[in-house]
Amino acid sequence: MSKLTLTTEGDTHVIVTRRFAAPPEALYRAHTDPKLIQKWLLGPEGWTMPVCINEAKPGGKFRYEWTNGKGAGFHITGEILEFEPFSRIVHVERMYLPDPTPDNHIETRFDPDGTGTLMTMRMTLPDAQTRAAMLSTGMERGMEASYVRLEGMIQE
Amino acid sequence: MQSLDSTFSALADPTRRGILARLALGEATVTELAEPFEMTQPAISQHLKVLEDAGLIIRRIDGTRRPRRLARAGIEAMDQWLAMLRKALDKNYDRLDEVLSAMQPPAKQPRKGETR
Repeated sequence: MSKLTLTTEGDTHVIVTRRFAAPPEALYRAHTDPKLIQKWLLGPEGWTMPVCINEAKPGGKFRYEWTNGKGAGFHITGEILEFEPFSRIVHVERMYLPDPTPDNHIETRFDPDGTGTLMTMRMTLPDAQTRAAMLSTGMERGMEASYVRLEGMIQE
Repeated sequence: MQSLDSTFSALADPTRRGILARLALGEATVTELAEPFEMTQPAISQHLKVLEDAGLIIRRIDGTRRPRRLARAGIEAMDQWLAMLRKALDKNYDRLDEVLSAMQPPAKQPRKGETR
């Protein structure tokens, strides 16, 4: 079963959708309460988020820092632009590698779906090349382990 | 049209993926590409050759400079990595499922989470 979809739209968008059994309010809290964010927004196995600051309010800033405990790490900062409890968050973020990447503008919606929630994240990058770079960087830190497996799948 | 084989073996190396990510931000010379990596220019040139042979990047002649840029296939290849990015996201959201079920007030949705 696969509940997640990840697609590109036009030249500059990336759309992620995912269904959850929990109601929108719970999703909203898990995306805004630093103590909850730290438990799941971690990427690959072995990574932790020692710094998680999120001023959950319009105009608020956030900063997430990740480490793999072996000397590798990176961080993102962002600002919250719009806040509609418990249905919608709009923010911008950039990753430091160590130079900041161009801003990624992200709208996250939590829509009721039966007793659960349909989450839709719509990312907007400045241009196609930045989008490609963003996706490749995501891969870089997340995909190492599954690379060989995917290669096998594609060749079949 | 390059085979997926050569595309993926070109992308199998982290330095080459780094080069592609850099080129995704715009055209760059070998010197500029070598900068973020602790590698000699000949070593970088070797990686560039692999990427060129795979049709992922294009070389332009500009006087004595040979700036590289991403080919259409390079952009498309990176789109294929979506499938891999997806796996990392999956892991995050599987963890989020657990966080969410721990958040549910037991009286509100008795035992419902256990049926999945």
